Amino acid sequence: MIVLMALAGTMFAAAPFLIDAAPQEATMGLVYKIYFFHMPSAWMFLTAAVVAGVASFRLLFLKRPRADHWVMAAAELAVLFGACTLVTGPLWARKSWGVWWVWDARLTSSLMLFMIFVAYVLLRKYGGAGSDKLGAGLALFGMANVPFIYVSVNYWRTFHPPTSVVPKLPIEMGIPLWFCVAAFTLLFIILLRLRARLEHQRDRVEMLYLAEDEA
Amino acid sequence: MRLLRMVIVLAALAAPSLALSAKEDQPQPPADFVPAENEPQEQIPAMPLLGAAYGFIWLGVFGYVWSVARRLRKVEAEIAALEARKR
Repeated sequence: MIVLMALAGTMFAAAPFLIDAAPQEATMGLVYKIYFFHMPSAWMFLTAAVVAGVASFRLLFLKRPRADHWVMAAAELAVLFGACTLVTGPLWARKSWGVWWVWDARLTSSLMLFMIFVAYVLLRKYGGAGSDKLGAGLALFGMANVPFIYVSVNYWRTFHPPTSVVPKLPIEMGIPLWFCVAAFTLLFIILLRLRARLEHQRDRVEMLYLAEDEA
Repeated sequence: MRLLRMVIVLAALAAPSLALSAKEDQPQPPADFVPAENEPQEQIPAMPLLGAAYGFIWLGVFGYVWSVARRLRKVEAEIAALEARKR
């Protein structure tokens, strides 16, 4: 874990230099450089939703109670990376599109996914007994939204760049992008494991209190 | 029921005039284009937007790491106290 943290720290320290060295885009100019953190944030947002959905499936249908810890961890990360995506996107759009927000399929469905996971976190905090299963159902609906968000830019009219932009990037823009994707993936794995560990430890505290009551 | 029907009819009658008044409030498009005497300055500078985007992500990630570490420390201290009491 320490090695992973050191590697992530080094990558995030190096990322600004690579981003600075990348050329400006012909029509958008300097502001397109938001892309190097916006796109990896968005991918981690969708990955977190998928992890929460898979763990919810394990909790609900395979009766694995510890899967709940992973749903909690992934749901919080979906809120974190969702907020990063939904804040950086409008900052980029203000300059490139002339508006902060448009109600197209990509932006609206991303906002809905974010709201589903905010609802999940609130439900787990204030929902009381049984909120784990109710929350898992909510997270499954969140995961179902992911493929729709991904392909939405290719099927509906929008200002948002399509998914085909990524494989066609010139090498001098592609290297910083894939470097940032790797750094964000590493960060995602570290945060997911840390947050799940918090839930494991909370379980342990409950067991210790129960053992104390029985003694 | 009769009152509800009356409200619906009145709302339907008022809708076109409300829509027209809303249209009047909207900014009007320019009547003609005027050539600029000097080269126009860039209206929206990119740097503050770029700084805000990166700043938000850094703050969000550091804030979250700090919050998880704090919660983890608290729970682990509780475990240590409970295990010490058990012995």
